[in-house]
Amino acid sequence: MIFEQIIFYLFSAVLIAAAVGMVTVRNPVYAALCLILSFFTSAALWLLLEAEFLGLVLVLVYVGAVMVLFLFVIMMLDLNTDPLKEGFAKYAPVGFGVAAVIAVEMIMVLQSAPFQIAAPTVPAPENNTEALGMILYTDYVYPFEIAAVILVVAIMAAIVLTLRRRPDSRKQDISQQVQVKRADRVRLVKMKSETKEQA
Amino acid sequence: MIPLSHFLIVAAVLFAISIAGMIINRKNVLILLMCVEMMLLAVNLNFVAFSHYLGDMAGQVFVFFILTVAAAEAAIGLAILVVLFRNRRTINVEQLDAMRG
Repeated sequence: MIFEQIIFYLFSAVLIAAAVGMVTVRNPVYAALCLILSFFTSAALWLLLEAEFLGLVLVLVYVGAVMVLFLFVIMMLDLNTDPLKEGFAKYAPVGFGVAAVIAVEMIMVLQSAPFQIAAPTVPAPENNTEALGMILYTDYVYPFEIAAVILVVAIMAAIVLTLRRRPDSRKQDISQQVQVKRADRVRLVKMKSETKEQA
Repeated sequence: MIPLSHFLIVAAVLFAISIAGMIINRKNVLILLMCVEMMLLAVNLNFVAFSHYLGDMAGQVFVFFILTVAAAEAAIGLAILVVLFRNRRTINVEQLDAMRG
């Protein structure tokens, strides 16, 4: 019990520190790394909540794919970060003021009775992945397929958006290749035969 | 045992910090996208906590779908960002005023 509490408070502190770091650092690479740290610590919190499958998916999908995509884009864009950060001192009081008000309001709401559940009411299933799969492929099978379609659309949209046809790129045109005649390619030249001394 | 409200408070603080990040980093579209990702993370933490404490797996299914949509959103958002940078050579929001009347 006490061990779980230590783990919870430790990881929560790291999570919030990483979040604060993400919004305050100047360099976007450091911001992405702070976000990776916050994803890792939340995955640990989800493991504490016995959501093992989602914790691992968070690490694999987010840290492994999405954040790597972010880092790729950051390094591809060659940003000059100075003009992007110049309003920091001006906006920081407003930003943190609004955030503090929102946080205090939400914490006040969360003090009410419905949220004071000390322990899980129902024991968690033995195998989290199996339980999730059972419900995902029966009750939620149509949403699951729609999610697959959304991912396909995202792939196609990302490819179509970033596809760039350069005028000087050397690409094949199949119809032109099969239409070609012998006369377009071969030219017979009449010339005298050469001997070895002349060459 | 840790009560449910502690998890919810952590998620609320995380959400508030990402709102602060949106206000502070309002010029850099890249950081704005990262703040959206962190907001979704806070919401997911709420879902997982409720799912655990109320014994309902539906919350985790919702987290699964939110992760899917967030991955799609990040991919399309970054693709738009790359095209934007290619055309305008900047991702500063203040300079993206081509549609201003």
